[in-house]
Amino acid sequence: MSEVEKKPIDFMGFRKIASVVSIALIVISVALLATRGLNYGLDFTGGTSVELEYQQAPALSNIRQTLEAAGYEQFVVQNFGSDTTVLVRMAEAENDQLAVEVVEALKAGGAELDLVSSSFIGSQVGEQLKEDSGLGLLIALAVVLIYVGMRFQFKFGIAAVLPLAHDVIIVLGVFSLFGWTFDLTVLAALLAVIGYSLNDTIVVADRIRENFRKMREGDSEHIINESIHQTISRTINTSGTTLVVLLALYFLGGEAINNFALALIIGVVVGTYSSIYVSANLLVALGVAREDLIVPPKEGLAGQEEEEEQPPEWLNRM
Amino acid sequence: MLNKYPLWKNLVILIALVIGFVYALPNVFPDDFAVQITGARSSTDVDQRILDRAVDALEAEGIAVKSTEMQERDALIRLNSAEAQLRARPVVQEAVGRDYLVALNMAPSTPEWLKSLGAGPMKLGLDLRGGVHFLLEVDMETAVDQRLEAMSGQIKRELREERVRYRGGDVEGDRSIVLTFRDEASRSEAFQLIRDQYNQFLLDEQSEDGEYRLVLTMSEAEIKSIQDYALEQNLTTIRNRVNELGVAEPLVQRQGSDRIIVELPGVQDTAAAKRVLGATANLEFRLEARQDAPAASTETFPFRDNPNREARLERDVIVTGDNVSNAQQAFDENGQPQVNITMDSVGGDLMNRATRNAIGRRMAVLFIEYRTETEEVVVDGETRTVDNRVVEKGIISLATIQSALGSSFRITGLDSIPEASELALLLRAGSLAAPMYFVQERTIGPSLGQKNIDAGMMSVLLGFVLVLCYMVVYYRGFGVIANIALTLNLMLLIACMSILSATLTLPGIAGIVLTVGMAVDANVLIFERIKEELKMGVPPQSAINAGYSRAFVSIFDANITTLLVAVILFAMGSGPVKGFAVTLSIGILTSMFSGLMVSRSIVNLVYGGRKVEKLSIGGKLANV
Repeated sequence: MSEVEKKPIDFMGFRKIASVVSIALIVISVALLATRGLNYGLDFTGGTSVELEYQQAPALSNIRQTLEAAGYEQFVVQNFGSDTTVLVRMAEAENDQLAVEVVEALKAGGAELDLVSSSFIGSQVGEQLKEDSGLGLLIALAVVLIYVGMRFQFKFGIAAVLPLAHDVIIVLGVFSLFGWTFDLTVLAALLAVIGYSLNDTIVVADRIRENFRKMREGDSEHIINESIHQTISRTINTSGTTLVVLLALYFLGGEAINNFALALIIGVVVGTYSSIYVSANLLVALGVAREDLIVPPKEGLAGQEEEEEQPPEWLNRM
Repeated sequence: MLNKYPLWKNLVILIALVIGFVYALPNVFPDDFAVQITGARSSTDVDQRILDRAVDALEAEGIAVKSTEMQERDALIRLNSAEAQLRARPVVQEAVGRDYLVALNMAPSTPEWLKSLGAGPMKLGLDLRGGVHFLLEVDMETAVDQRLEAMSGQIKRELREERVRYRGGDVEGDRSIVLTFRDEASRSEAFQLIRDQYNQFLLDEQSEDGEYRLVLTMSEAEIKSIQDYALEQNLTTIRNRVNELGVAEPLVQRQGSDRIIVELPGVQDTAAAKRVLGATANLEFRLEARQDAPAASTETFPFRDNPNREARLERDVIVTGDNVSNAQQAFDENGQPQVNITMDSVGGDLMNRATRNAIGRRMAVLFIEYRTETEEVVVDGETRTVDNRVVEKGIISLATIQSALGSSFRITGLDSIPEASELALLLRAGSLAAPMYFVQERTIGPSLGQKNIDAGMMSVLLGFVLVLCYMVVYYRGFGVIANIALTLNLMLLIACMSILSATLTLPGIAGIVLTVGMAVDANVLIFERIKEELKMGVPPQSAINAGYSRAFVSIFDANITTLLVAVILFAMGSGPVKGFAVTLSIGILTSMFSGLMVSRSIVNLVYGGRKVEKLSIGGKLANV
């Protein structure tokens, strides 16, 4: 890191390129979502899934034939984790006995197998979940906008929320591109990405605010650049530790949690990038100026601390 | 003095950590495999005698018993292995007989002194221990319709008793009851009567073509309260039925306005569970129609056990299953089987009014069953499946009324004990307020549960160790301090979850992993600040102080915003998302405590109150 310390990298020098990249990624993601859509998991579509553990690795085509012969339509048979574990997914969302029937049909074929897990989700539950989740995301973003708008300033609020939307859209775009299953755990990951990316954005924004109040010279772009430079090693270290943990989760956490870890890994990478290039970039574009952040002198106690926001007094005593 | 905590502050932190340690401790002790014996009925108590009988039977089979325990309502036999547990269950069931339920259970092995402090391990979610998860939806439309029907019956009876002449009075398609009168006087009389006794209706007087009409519409508040009641009643019924299944630690919980979650740990046979839970049924008590009754006021139903036999019943319902509070098989004075029925006060009142003038006539109990049948329909050349809700009505009892009945009466003249218990079971099953349908179902095999635990543990451990290494390599001495804080953070997180008896699920473990990754953030922020201060030539002691106080604002803002998101997650999410939100929220709070207070306290102990030339914080700049 030592070269970085000596001469600040001109982060904002890349801002035009970064803008193009971000906009391109968003456009591509939206286009993908519009055309390919998401591969919604059972949680959202409703349906039945059965996970089976065979004694010996079965031929998937045999299973398909057996099921077709038993009169089933619209099903997917795939290996799940290992070659002895088989996952059967069906779109059928009305018959809650289906899982049992499928196991019986396959057992009738003479194969030795155990039911590992099965799910049946009625279509109405899935629909509602989609609505609730969308609403949850929007509320989360709105609350963040309000909080940051109050704690910092409205321009910062925008600069905090847009990167979050940016991150969410890109992660969704990647999921759409590769056709990875989007289920409840991925939704949870997406919300965690919001939390994480927000964390990052706020730390940078906090430093920008501090520097605007402290540094008497230089234009906005210079101050923002300096702030990013000052926080870059923290940003890299925190992302690094988080990524290390997520990689452990991805490789060891088991099949059920793979997509969760994947969504978070992409989200953390994109979120780190966005807290620098989308958030700070937006601040420059919105024309944040020193006047936006100088605490008005009339604000009682705060007025005496014009230089920078002091932590509460109790903390100094710690 | 700079960087020196007063004694009391160190003590507070120490006490918090000790409490955390004590409450996290029970999670270290592995659960015992156990079988649990409970009474099949709430009146059956488990005593030492029964327990001894079970233990003797186990010893005769050569199954080693680790220990036994009498609890308030049940007895617990701890065994040494999962295999012994599986073998023990049928043996114990055989020994104690059908009056008792024997369930497989995982019993925490928390030592006595910890238990006396109220400490216990975290509960494991279904995805970690195996079991069945159901989501049931209560059919609110039907609940409201049923109540309307009953009300309409009551109002008509009331009007007849008061000798007010009317026509109509049946429930219309738009959920209103229209009464037509010949003159205004009888209408206003009816208006008075209904207004006084049925204030849940909105009354509307209409006059048309010389007809005087009174339109009754149910108020929104009443509909709401019917729905609440239906859900509550269903919850209670489901709880009772789940108890009949004999599952250890079942979960029955309402979700939203019309759904019920049922989680049965350890259960693998979903079909059996659904048979018991899913018997969505209701009852109607009706009088048998007189020979001369007009066809419009009667309905004909077959018998449930013999579809060829039929009986003609009055259309008016005396009471429904909602008013039945209990039904038990018993014996009469001559040792003949009978069924004792208990009604709630409203039901008893209605029953009395209907039967006091009907002695010698026969009363039928109509059993109504709701099922979902799937049918394939061709729509626009496409085959799609449609689920039809099928209603099946059959008479389960037709008995002569021997005296005016009240809130407690009996049905006699039954041929056999099985017939009587079957009838009692049906009566109980039918006391559901509204039909329910399964809308979601998950089964998690026990092997998958264990696999999930192992995988989760492994990734938490590995992630944790990697973060520890990263911090030591990068921040040296301060890295070690951050690592101690991180370890204590993990301990506090587990302690908090145990105290709140939060349920640990797979997404919950993911939340912990994420917290581990993010918890170091506070310390990274602080240490970077300290480095900056050192770079600017600030002496080490002041640098530490400035680092902690300057970084506070960032840490606070960043964590509060993340916490906000976690809280929204908790409020909006369901199931897995909730579990994740809980661990994330607790993790944010504990990591703020450990990252700010605990790490500061250690830094103060190491560096505070003396002259320091150099900090071990990594990087060349620390030496400047």
